[in-house]
Amino acid sequence: MSELEVVAPRRARLVLPRGGALGGTLLSLAALILFNLVATPHFISLQTLYVNLTQVTTIVIVAVGMTMVIATGGIDLSVGSLMAISGALAPLIFAGHLLGVGPGPLADGLAFVVPVLVAMLFGSFNGWLIARFRIQPIVATLVLFIAGRGIAQVMTNGNLQAFHNVAFHTLGLGRVLGVPIQVWLMAAIVGIATWVIARTLYGRQLLAVGGNEAAASLAGLPVARIKILVYAISGLLSGIAGLIVIAINSSSDANLVGLGMELDAIAAVAVGGTALTGGRASIIGTLLGALIIQLLRYTLLSHGIPDAAALVVKAAVILVAVYIQQVRRAP
Amino acid sequence: MTSITETLVAGPKRGGRHAAMLQRQGVVLALLLLILFGAWRYDDFLGLYNVMSVLRYNAMFALVALGMGFVIMTGGIDLSVGATAALASVVSAGVSDIGLGAGLAVGIAAGLAVGLVNGLVIAWAKLPAFVTTLATMLGARGLALLISGNQSVSVSWDTHFTDLGGGDFLTLPIPAWIAAAAFVLGAVLLNFTRFGRVVLAIGGNEEAARLMGLPVRRTKLLVYVLSGGLAGLAGVILASQFGAGQPTEGQGWELFAIAAVVVGGTLLSGGMGSVGFTLAGTLLLGLIFNILNFENGKGEFTLSAYWQSVIRGAFLLLVVLLQNRLARRPS
Repeated sequence: MSELEVVAPRRARLVLPRGGALGGTLLSLAALILFNLVATPHFISLQTLYVNLTQVTTIVIVAVGMTMVIATGGIDLSVGSLMAISGALAPLIFAGHLLGVGPGPLADGLAFVVPVLVAMLFGSFNGWLIARFRIQPIVATLVLFIAGRGIAQVMTNGNLQAFHNVAFHTLGLGRVLGVPIQVWLMAAIVGIATWVIARTLYGRQLLAVGGNEAAASLAGLPVARIKILVYAISGLLSGIAGLIVIAINSSSDANLVGLGMELDAIAAVAVGGTALTGGRASIIGTLLGALIIQLLRYTLLSHGIPDAAALVVKAAVILVAVYIQQVRRAP
Repeated sequence: MTSITETLVAGPKRGGRHAAMLQRQGVVLALLLLILFGAWRYDDFLGLYNVMSVLRYNAMFALVALGMGFVIMTGGIDLSVGATAALASVVSAGVSDIGLGAGLAVGIAAGLAVGLVNGLVIAWAKLPAFVTTLATMLGARGLALLISGNQSVSVSWDTHFTDLGGGDFLTLPIPAWIAAAAFVLGAVLLNFTRFGRVVLAIGGNEEAARLMGLPVRRTKLLVYVLSGGLAGLAGVILASQFGAGQPTEGQGWELFAIAAVVVGGTLLSGGMGSVGFTLAGTLLLGLIFNILNFENGKGEFTLSAYWQSVIRGAFLLLVVLLQNRLARRPS
């Protein structure tokens, strides 16, 4: 059955999931764009493009990690809380309240690196619980979903940290060749992850673990290490996303950074055609999934439909998208 | 994993049952220790006022956790309960000027409707429960916001509507009576009816249950309808207790309920579970909050409210690790 296919996967399918599942996703995106071209005034403008892209970057970055986690048959509910931790740490560091390094280039550098590493460490902790104690991923990551935001709130005493920091200002609003820096960052992450899944040994191992863990283990794959690494990657990407959010806002609110992100990311993965059962991963699909959800919301809002109604539509789209993929996948 | 076929063929092994008993008793033991600690350290902990308010407030969570317990025993999950409760609180508040009966009927009907959608999509369209209830969670939240116009809906104080959440009967709060009745019925349903057997059989091995001719689809449908209805009831109590239907309330209830169910010793993989221990799990998590309040009131050292989630998360971790240890003890 499908387990066998994963142990000896064909290279082409790793990039483009079977039966053009990606085709369907692309088609829906194209239809949405076409509709907007006709019906939405001022749709073709760089501004519209950047508004949509900057709103979607953090979701895409987190969803890339989520795609890899889901490919192993797991799930990561802690991403939003890890974003809050990373977002709470950075201002504490560059303001000199933590680590004892006064404001300056060194503190700025540390403020980028340390929060991401801390988030990665928490991610490894998730992986360790899952691999070492065989705790189900939902439960294991539920621990940090609950405790993680609390940790961020305790660190900042729940206060909003507003700041003026040139380095973070650049990350939030800077542009290179006219394109926002965060969008470059997102593109790089999507590119690297696609390459990892399609072309590296680790990518194969991820899919093998998700396809049939027992078989992967019997085949001598270091299942525990593979799993810990994938949750560490998810934590790392969440950490980066947390920094981007606070950079855009020029402030960090531990109560709000990354709130509900786990669900946005999972929705993007599901719409993008990666099965929640594991064994498959389509990073490009996830990117398209996130774009579809974002563009849908933009379309509804720009036609005066309230955000609440957009939620209902989003719900219907997720269900329909997953249903169509399921019908396609069935023999 | 190992117990799936064994449970169906020959019933759980003696050792397995023993371990399950141990891990469940662990919850009750922890609950008792927590109560003893509270009674020893704080003067009014066992006072009528505190007991009443703890029971009144946690009754809603207990109802949601009960429904979640049944869903999880079939191997499913219901992420929509919090949003469903919010929707029910809004619609019941809207008709509260007609009376308590109307409020109850409309609120519960809203919950049943969401549950019906969940059940039909999961059992007939065969979409994964996680994605389905994620989508209906967005949908129910969107509906709640739409109907209420993004504002809380105040209830009528001229009818008996507010008696449901605020009133007492035989010295105990009415919500506590409702929750107690629901748990007794739930325990009977699980342990003494055909429905309960089928629920556990589906969670143990759905394919085997289907091949044995058990009504798998209908039972799965009913389980989600039950969960939706209980969430609806919790929503009516919410509106009645706080004097308003609250479209943004109930966020994170689903994960709190999952935590309570897991702490109560129900395996997330399904096929095993207990109604009574789910109640113990809910009370345990609720009491942590209560004890934090007392500790702050005592004033020896102050823990901000944010510690609450850190401690809850740590507690969940502790219980899960403990369960893991007990379940793996050689028999």
